[in-house]
Amino acid sequence: MAELTYRDAVIRGIAQEMARDEDVVFLGEDVAKAGGVFKATVGLYEQFGSLRVRDTPISEQAILGAAMGAAMTGLKPIAEIMFSDFFAVCFDYIANEFPKSRYMTNGQTKCPLVVRTGNGAGSRFGAQHSQSVENWCMMIPGLKVVAPSSPIDVIGLLAASVRDPDPVIFLEHKSLYATKGEVPDGEILDKLGTAKILRPGKDATIVALALMVPRALAAAEKLAKEEGIDCEVIDVRSLVPLDTQTILASVAKTHRCFSVEENPRLCGWGAEIMSIIADEAFYDLDGPLVRITTPHCPLPAADILEDAILPTVDRIADRVKRTLQA
Amino acid sequence: MSKKPAQSPALNDDIGEDTRLELYRSQVNIREAEQRAFDLFLQNLVKGTSHLSLGQEAVAAGFAVAMKKGDLSFCTYRGHAHTLARGVPVEKVLGELMQRDNGLMRGKGGSMHLTSEEHGVMGSYAIIGAHLPIACGAAWRAQYKKQDDVSVCFFGDGTTNIGAFHEALNFAAVWKLPVVFVCENNLYMEYTPIADVTAVPSPAGDRASAYGLEKIVIDGNDADVVYRAALKAYDKARSGGGPSLIECLTYRHSGHSRADPAKYRPEGELEKWKERDPIKIYRERLKAFGIGDDVIAKIDADVKRVVDEATEACKASPNPPMSILTTDVYADGGFAWRN
Ligand SMILES: Cc1ncc(C[n+]2csc(CCOP(=O)(O)OP(=O)(O)O)c2C)c(N)n1
Ligand SMILES: [Mg+2]
Repeated sequence: MAELTYRDAVIRGIAQEMARDEDVVFLGEDVAKAGGVFKATVGLYEQFGSLRVRDTPISEQAILGAAMGAAMTGLKPIAEIMFSDFFAVCFDYIANEFPKSRYMTNGQTKCPLVVRTGNGAGSRFGAQHSQSVENWCMMIPGLKVVAPSSPIDVIGLLAASVRDPDPVIFLEHKSLYATKGEVPDGEILDKLGTAKILRPGKDATIVALALMVPRALAAAEKLAKEEGIDCEVIDVRSLVPLDTQTILASVAKTHRCFSVEENPRLCGWGAEIMSIIADEAFYDLDGPLVRITTPHCPLPAADILEDAILPTVDRIADRVKRTLQA
Repeated sequence: MSKKPAQSPALNDDIGEDTRLELYRSQVNIREAEQRAFDLFLQNLVKGTSHLSLGQEAVAAGFAVAMKKGDLSFCTYRGHAHTLARGVPVEKVLGELMQRDNGLMRGKGGSMHLTSEEHGVMGSYAIIGAHLPIACGAAWRAQYKKQDDVSVCFFGDGTTNIGAFHEALNFAAVWKLPVVFVCENNLYMEYTPIADVTAVPSPAGDRASAYGLEKIVIDGNDADVVYRAALKAYDKARSGGGPSLIECLTYRHSGHSRADPAKYRPEGELEKWKERDPIKIYRERLKAFGIGDDVIAKIDADVKRVVDEATEACKASPNPPMSILTTDVYADGGFAWRN
């Protein structure tokens, strides 16, 4: 057992998989000699060498295209896109190439790769370096989409993503890199498509992802202490595949559901989950399904503005309380 | 191909008789199959879109015949020719164009996405430029695993103006990848002449120096010229010399796609290029080397018979079954995204 940062967990996760399988290779901008702009890949170049850990030009299309060609022909690449906002300059691979090739070729083409990226707000970087783009990815048939919230999940889900035969978008939250958690020694391997109940409760279900998970947990503690409201908090972890059974079972118990989403409101992942609950668990509900999201607005740079636009602990707690007391 | 004694000393040159007959057969096969595709379109039996390479056969034949088994082809939507040139049966190609169950991908991909990994055809890509980086990745795998196959990536003149072209060229050059980029300059993007929208006269050739590569511009209508250029580039790639960029000057006889009557061409241009029809050139070449009319006629007849049989098989094939509608979205064979 050791206490590890989320950042060091990324390094350990990649190293675990590269040590296990020589077909795992890693490429991206500034990832090798410099150890990554978020220092989340420090030491990998020294450990695995220049053939397996490779610096690329500033060519996001080349990075993802090369990862795909390598994956199709026998490697298991991990590609880094520095900021998830940059998906927009290489979206062809994410939207058209990785996810469609197997289907279009009637199962001939494989694409076992992982795209790691720094996602989310909190660094005061403004509207083009802070977005939560999980909803950009979730809507594409053929992709898997994963977003861990803790160091142990980073390692276990990254390992599962590397070993998965499908293309996986692995969203690391930039504001979580410095957070810490207990991590056991030895190999860690988790399972995609499994949500985790982090706090059991009986009065309401709160589903959250990535940076919103610690906030949902803090809101639940506040509600318990100040209002006597006992919330169950679920870390969704994997948007595709989506563990709807854990969520539906929770709603059957609490009869209430809230989502806490960092992505802008329209077509956020919570909308999909809420529609599933409305379809399949409507008669379990004692009240409205409520989404707590970032508004339909670009992200501001100034710290006080950025802090105000994301769902906060107070906003989450307040919304849950008002809904339950209405 | 039965071995015949050379009737002319020129047949014993670097290419030789067997290879020449193979180059001829491949071009005729593409011509016959694509002309058939056009006829079937007129009969409303080819659905969706299709992009023919009539007039560009020498490029496909030259590069494919020069390949070894295991070499990989990456094509565009104008990819029937390259797919056929790697030995994929005509029936499989026509079946996909006709969207029948006997098609290469059972109708799930369509004419723009012909793929046959068992023949080294690693896909046909319909987003301009997308496959150049992908070919780099396949070449990177060969380099990393010390395998000696070459990735060969075909695209048009118009493709030299998209970002992915430049990203891939630089990437391949910096990593010294065993990849060969083949630009088929047929003078037009869809309908706009390439010269109207490109800053340099040779859309690929004049860009090569920006990536430290040699400018190579060849006659794309002469299969011998293409074959020699291909061999040279493959040797360079296999021996660790890195990528090549080869611009092949050619011309498509038909419109951009089946919907295009190609009215934008200046008068006489098509006729001028038809005088340099690659198949005509090659038939004359074979004759000049003393190969008999009977040998040529037999190849022509054999090809036609196979295309006829393929056409009938496709007409007889059922439509794809509904059972494949949602298969192979994910590697588990299905499309489940939730439990
Ligand atoms: C990114 C993208 N932009 C535009 C198109 C539409 N389009 C299809 S083919 C084509 C022309 C391509 O010209 P060229 O590269 O010369 O190839 P050719 O068709 O002549 O073989 C265009 C613009 C596309 N498929 N993808
Ligand atoms: Mg063109």
